[in-house]
Amino acid sequence: MNAPGESFPVTRLSVVAAARSNDAAERSLALEILFAAYWKPIYKYLRLKYAQEPPDAQDLTQGFFAELLERGLLAKFDPTKSRLRTYLRLCADSFALNEIKAASRKKRGGDVTHVALDFSVAEEELRMQAIDPASIPSPESLEEFFEKEWIRSLFSSAIAELRKLCEVRGKQKAFSLFEAYDLEGEQQLSYADLAAQHGLPVTDVNNQMAWARREFRRIAMEQLHTLCGSEEEFAREANALFGETPK
Amino acid sequence: MKFLSDKAIERLRGSSVPDLSGTRYALQELIARGGMGVVYAAEDERLHRRVALKVLDTAGTNAELTQRLIREARILAQLEHPGIVPVHDVGRLPDGRVFYTMKFVEGLRLDQYVKQLDSLPQRLRLFLRICDAVAFAHARGVLHRDLKPANVMVGSFGEVLVMDWGLAKILQEPPSGDETVFISSQKKISSEEETQATVVTGHGTVMGTPGYMSPEQERGETETIDVRSDIFSLGALLKFVAAGAQGNKGQRLPRALQAICEKATAKQPEQRYGSVSEFVADVSRHLDGLPTSAYSENILEKLGRFYKRHQVAILLITAYLVTRFLVLYFFHR
Repeated sequence: MNAPGESFPVTRLSVVAAARSNDAAERSLALEILFAAYWKPIYKYLRLKYAQEPPDAQDLTQGFFAELLERGLLAKFDPTKSRLRTYLRLCADSFALNEIKAASRKKRGGDVTHVALDFSVAEEELRMQAIDPASIPSPESLEEFFEKEWIRSLFSSAIAELRKLCEVRGKQKAFSLFEAYDLEGEQQLSYADLAAQHGLPVTDVNNQMAWARREFRRIAMEQLHTLCGSEEEFAREANALFGETPK
Repeated sequence: MKFLSDKAIERLRGSSVPDLSGTRYALQELIARGGMGVVYAAEDERLHRRVALKVLDTAGTNAELTQRLIREARILAQLEHPGIVPVHDVGRLPDGRVFYTMKFVEGLRLDQYVKQLDSLPQRLRLFLRICDAVAFAHARGVLHRDLKPANVMVGSFGEVLVMDWGLAKILQEPPSGDETVFISSQKKISSEEETQATVVTGHGTVMGTPGYMSPEQERGETETIDVRSDIFSLGALLKFVAAGAQGNKGQRLPRALQAICEKATAKQPEQRYGSVSEFVADVSRHLDGLPTSAYSENILEKLGRFYKRHQVAILLITAYLVTRFLVLYFFHR
């Protein structure tokens, strides 16, 4: 299994279709994809919403994904009723409430595969975001927070894929420009500044940035497609995310 | 993988949304996306007015498209006519992309507006106003090359505006037929810009919209096409406008109008009207119930047209004669 968050597994099916497949490998892949895309948003969401200490939130997150597999929750998802993301958040809520209520969080184990999730990274990110749970006033704010974290997770894995693609194609320069301009540039640089910094003509910066952005968007859209429960959901999500209707 | 900040996420989500910082404009909303660029509504913060801002889509940013956008803005700047959308400003974004702003036209596209016009004469008069703008451009030595319903807007006060001059071609010499019609102090587009146009549009590149594109344009004969290529598009536009809301129901147009459309959209350029003014003259004659150059009428059609043209007088004379006949008949009985 890939390290979650570092790489986005590839499947020809959507994650929902893969979860319903008769093929155990496909089902396992579906869970792997969900881990990659959702573990950080779920962890941060549970941590903040239920004011859990890091070890407890970690247990809840691991437990939730284990339950997802054990109870076949993904196969029960109905794309006509909700978005996959909403369904997963509600499942996580339900699971966390039960666990907390029973105060009997037991370590999951046995035949369930535990994934080595790097919770310290998620904790560090929460610290960088300087989020005070008390400043999140309503359930709606938490839903928004979850949405934003989900987008962060999706984009992070798309960027990781883009980096790999650039390495394979020898386009590291394009990635450096993309990173400097779109990922790190807190103070907006102009292309002319970038060109001067990298010793390139502005037209090269233009072309390389255009390529990197186009590829980033293609990868993100592919991953989004995999993570949606239906074509209609994908069309809506793509529109909400990038303001474009998929072809 | 470094932590992705909220700002980076916003940039990535809207990586094609132009950053207008450092300009006098504030972005409002996306209006339309075309092959070459995207048009946004923006607020001119100095003059406090809404403008349309056209900018290249990030994905397509390159030197050739940049040249085309600059050229389009320059062409528009030269075409000052009430039927052609005026350009306000040209500039460059922090990321190097070129943009230009133009009048924000509030109204409907021709294909939407024409459905509201019930009568054929109303629709034909609307068409003639489109022709005025195109004839003006021809007189300035500019071919539009992408005339179609989606590229014509009708404003809220009925003003007709020909939009999207992104595929315009600059002719070496303005056509003699139209030149005498429009007398203006405006300079013609320079030959320097024509040279750029040849470079940026390329030789033999097919650009335009099927159904509205002339056969020679479809064949990619960009070097030899002339005003008759736009006349073909206007002919196709006339068919569309004349059909109006009934467009899909296959209702027949009057024969003379049908013949005008056929002449304008003839496969061979030499069989079409030689200029927009000739075309306009024929449509106007048809509107006025006069014979057209495109159609030879038989005697019955001539009588029918004569009747339509003088319907009221003929009916009055007939009523007078009938009354007179009846009076005489009853008095002499």
